[in-house]
Amino acid sequence: MVKRQAENIIVVKDLVKKFGSFIANDHLSFEVKKGEIFGFLGANGAGKTTAIKILCGLSSPTSGKLTVGGFDIYTEREKIKKNIGYMSQKFSLYDDLTVFENIRFYAGIYGLRKKEIEERTKVLMEKLDMKEARDKLIRSIPLGWKQKLAFSVAIIHNPKIVFLDEPTGGVDPLTRRQFWDMIFEASREGITVFVTTHYMDEAEYCDRVSIMVDGKIAALDTPENLKQQYLAASMNDVFLKLARAKVN
Amino acid sequence: MKRFLGFVVKEFYHIFRDYRTLLILFGIPAIQLLLFGYVITSEIRDARIAIFDQSKDEGTRKISEKVLSSGYFILDKNLSSTKEIEQVFRQGNVKLVLIFGPDFSKNLNKTGNAKVQIIGDASDPNTANILVNYIQGILSNYLFSLNAEKIPMQIVPEVRMMYNSEMKGVFMFVPGLMAMLLMLISALMTSLSITREKELGTMELLLVSPLKPVQIIIGKVFPYVFLAFLDACIIIILGNTVFGVPVVGSVALLLFESLLFICMALSLGILISTITSSQQIAMMLSLVALMLPTILLSGFIFPVENMPVVLQWFCHIMPPKYYITIIKSIMLQGNGFSYIAFETGILAGFTMLFIFLSVKKFKVRLG
Repeated sequence: MVKRQAENIIVVKDLVKKFGSFIANDHLSFEVKKGEIFGFLGANGAGKTTAIKILCGLSSPTSGKLTVGGFDIYTEREKIKKNIGYMSQKFSLYDDLTVFENIRFYAGIYGLRKKEIEERTKVLMEKLDMKEARDKLIRSIPLGWKQKLAFSVAIIHNPKIVFLDEPTGGVDPLTRRQFWDMIFEASREGITVFVTTHYMDEAEYCDRVSIMVDGKIAALDTPENLKQQYLAASMNDVFLKLARAKVN
Repeated sequence: MKRFLGFVVKEFYHIFRDYRTLLILFGIPAIQLLLFGYVITSEIRDARIAIFDQSKDEGTRKISEKVLSSGYFILDKNLSSTKEIEQVFRQGNVKLVLIFGPDFSKNLNKTGNAKVQIIGDASDPNTANILVNYIQGILSNYLFSLNAEKIPMQIVPEVRMMYNSEMKGVFMFVPGLMAMLLMLISALMTSLSITREKELGTMELLLVSPLKPVQIIIGKVFPYVFLAFLDACIIIILGNTVFGVPVVGSVALLLFESLLFICMALSLGILISTITSSQQIAMMLSLVALMLPTILLSGFIFPVENMPVVLQWFCHIMPPKYYITIIKSIMLQGNGFSYIAFETGILAGFTMLFIFLSVKKFKVRLG
């Protein structure tokens, strides 16, 4: 699935983010290619969320050169915003609005027209098998549905890139697997997926992964290559070896 | 613009689907106004008193009659010994005891000097004070009627209370209540609704979207401008129809000033929500840091002039104080804009200061 020749859609060079004297991101450099599923792995507190927030424009870098979707992160933030989608681990839907009202609201702030919204909702409800839940409050639908809906809403405006910040936190394994099917589908449709996770089994689903340890990128390659390089049976072993190397 | 409208529609859904919000918005103002209007009154009627009359002559009977027919007092008991005085106070029914010394009329006619003692129950000092004043008024009236023919010179004061001729407490409370409620609704509700988005994580999504931060804030605040304005109208109308509080001056000016005050309170609410990201802290800040000073330091209940100098300084930085001055001036005195230009300027200044601070805070947070 790796498109070796594809153009870079995210370019990060020497990204540094400091909070006072604490360095959350220490000279990160990497590229994400168009259409790939890029896994951004690391333990809690390794600096994943900080990096994803900077890429989404929720936070400003201390220094470094960054482009997202070909736009400069300092000067072309507005253009970036139109071309990205974002989903956090909180799912971020409004509890007191219905499924359709949530879709209409989020599609609306991306400037979709009423007719488009109606059509996409219809397609979506069929795809997610949620037709009867269309007018139910979010509060009353199961967590798995919420998560799928949150992802669908994050890509409702057909962004070039979607950023997923630990999208599978607190969800059962079966639902997680179904959720990854949705990610694969989005990827097939040409959306670049940038996903952070600390589930190492999910790392196997990515085209390429970067593993962060203490604010630095400790390794970056395809899961296959990483396993070979570190003589590990699974990504979990790769991660443990990297984390232990750090300690020693 | 369409995006913005969608945002406002969503905000109204939040408000109308939460009965608690609705209750705060429309229940509390009406209930507060009625409570304050009916409960807080400086006039006392039918206070129970006891009389210990050691003379039982013409003079004491006349005075007692006058006291009991005044409408302010009801006779609870006639006492027959000094021991009983403490006893009736302890039982708690009697607010005041009136004691006539022995040989009242005789002394009065002979020496021109008769003794009356008034004992009040000062466990409630305000009531005691007011009741004692009533009795003193009745006594001096009586004395005046006795001497009417004898005294060659008299000073008869003719008192007229301007702007509130019946001295109705509610005239004072309606402006204060408006300030308090508008502050509550505007600052509390906006800070809650913004911090709620932060807690839910939806704020991040909004910030990632093409909506500008300014649009997000205005979108969140706009419904509350509308609702708080509606509340201001409800209070004015209720005050007018139920309690007869007039609007002597221009209604348009009153509404304009109210709108300005609402904007000030909203910008304060925004500022609070940039400081904290939890609904609980926002609530605490709004209630403790805003409501209490609004009630205590704005001249709403306690006159600013009587406070210690240091507290007076605090009063001067309380925006509600200026709003209360403004609406009293318009509603009761009927003044035009030129009389309240200074206060209006201060409110506008506060609004700009809070918005400036919020924007600055907001940028720092992003960076």
